[in-house]
Amino acid sequence: MMRACCRAARGETVSAPSPNTEAAIGGTRRKWTPRITSLWLLVPALGFLAVFFAYPLASIVLRSFDGGASGLTLEHYSTFFTVPVYPRILWQTIEISLLTTILCVLVGYPLAYVMANSSPAVRNVMLLMVMLPFMTSVLVRTYGWMVILRPTGLLNHVAQLFGLPAVELLYNRPGMLIGLVYTMTPYVVLTLYSVMRGIDGRLVAVARSLGASGWSAFWRIYFPLSLPGVAGASLLVFILSSGFYITPRLMGGDRDQLLASIIAYQVDVLLNFEFASAIAVILLAITLVCFGIYARAVGLKQLLTSRT
Amino acid sequence: MSINASIKPNPAVRVLAWCAIAFLIAPIPIIILVSFSSAQYLTFPPPGLSLQWYERFLGSSEWVQSIWISLQVAVFSAILTMVLATMAAIPMVRADFGRKSIIYAILLAPMIIPVIITAIAMYFVFAQAGLTGTVLAITIGHTIVVLPIAFVVLSSTLQGLDPRLERAAISLGATPLVAFYKITLPLLAPGILTAGLFAFLTSFDELIIPLFLGGPTTQTLAVRIWNSVVMEIEPTISAVAVFLIGTTVLVMVLAALVSRAFQRKSSSSSHQEASHA
Repeated sequence: MMRACCRAARGETVSAPSPNTEAAIGGTRRKWTPRITSLWLLVPALGFLAVFFAYPLASIVLRSFDGGASGLTLEHYSTFFTVPVYPRILWQTIEISLLTTILCVLVGYPLAYVMANSSPAVRNVMLLMVMLPFMTSVLVRTYGWMVILRPTGLLNHVAQLFGLPAVELLYNRPGMLIGLVYTMTPYVVLTLYSVMRGIDGRLVAVARSLGASGWSAFWRIYFPLSLPGVAGASLLVFILSSGFYITPRLMGGDRDQLLASIIAYQVDVLLNFEFASAIAVILLAITLVCFGIYARAVGLKQLLTSRT
Repeated sequence: MSINASIKPNPAVRVLAWCAIAFLIAPIPIIILVSFSSAQYLTFPPPGLSLQWYERFLGSSEWVQSIWISLQVAVFSAILTMVLATMAAIPMVRADFGRKSIIYAILLAPMIIPVIITAIAMYFVFAQAGLTGTVLAITIGHTIVVLPIAFVVLSSTLQGLDPRLERAAISLGATPLVAFYKITLPLLAPGILTAGLFAFLTSFDELIIPLFLGGPTTQTLAVRIWNSVVMEIEPTISAVAVFLIGTTVLVMVLAALVSRAFQRKSSSSSHQEASHA
């Protein structure tokens, strides 16, 4: 198929293509498209990804089975599942990603809802206030939260003014959760917003005119229509937070570390590349399973709209 | 009238929404405030205003060198990304072929697979090739990470273009290549520029790739911030952070100007066509 198109691309040049060329291209059902759009244009990007992305990934999969002199081995995986600390971190990663996902939806849903149902002026202000932090470096924003939450930071200063006891919200699990929810909420807001913009508000108006209260019109009409957005946003946040490194590393305590942190630790400090590869493969498997569910349930087109 | 016009969120929900906005925006004014502090250490509220942290940031040859490295990497990877993503987006949007969703998944994969995995995988390969610590290695790494974002932006621009324009040019005797350069490329230009700007920004802010692929002499701005945040929080970072926020704002404004300029151009040219007719 690919080769046929390449030939077609190089073949006839000037004249407008005859219906015969279409048949020649492969007999399959094809719309007519100018041949400059042929598939060879994919070669540079796919080639680049093959050499610098797919090959390195394949080599860590291989490395995770590398037993040195003894050839292939499952030793690194069995270490992971038998030394108690690693299954605990795996479970902790799943638990914290789930918690982050739920909190992000709770914070993001009302915001997306108001944004989708406001006047254009208000909507644009809100969109700007979501986009500015979203586009700003994660590192910079995490630093901002560290300035706010540290023991002598803004929050405790305010607490002191009101005579409240100081709170510890940095270098522990609540601190890490604040950082994670903060970083992931814009993804939820933008995904939900694009779904909610497509919901026909007249349906809610009809329900109201038929006697439904605002509350039941929302839960029985609007909310079910927004569920695809909730599902898409949740999966996206779960995927992104389960592999997240920066914020958990900076805001979490030593006992709250996630898989990403121990991968980096194995590479950076212990130089145990084989074991690091095995953990990376486990994380990769979790990500790919979730991504597969996402692609099936939500479709990749959603991913295309949520990031623009 | 829009289909959303008949819904009025109630006041309690509005309050929740603005609280969420406050939560999202909070760190940015705080960082800006702290960066102008006259205190010798991080403290609240700042006892007075000064530019000492900016002087320390821009007066340090190490920080300035990092700005330069980040700029190099961001410009090179943005250019490379624009070329690769534009070429890939055309068949992905225009052509119709089997297994297209698999190609989509491959092109978007670097956005989904945790960057830490990409980073260590590339680190192993580049270390064997003796390339770690070079600007080239970081640039390649950033291009991988940024490619999906540019591809997304370009696909959505291309989706809005009418393929019949190009076909019309070909039917009037233009070769497909000429039709592409004279018709499609100019119409695609704002999308390419926007994709390039996003690629630049994402690359400028990327931390994990240069953390593993960079070396002591090739510390990007993000890596240098990371190293000092991990060691000890000191206010110079606030000035650097404000510099990065400023870069973000600048790029967002540029992106908005690009789309506005092209909108005006296309509306004025359609106006001209109308008056010619």
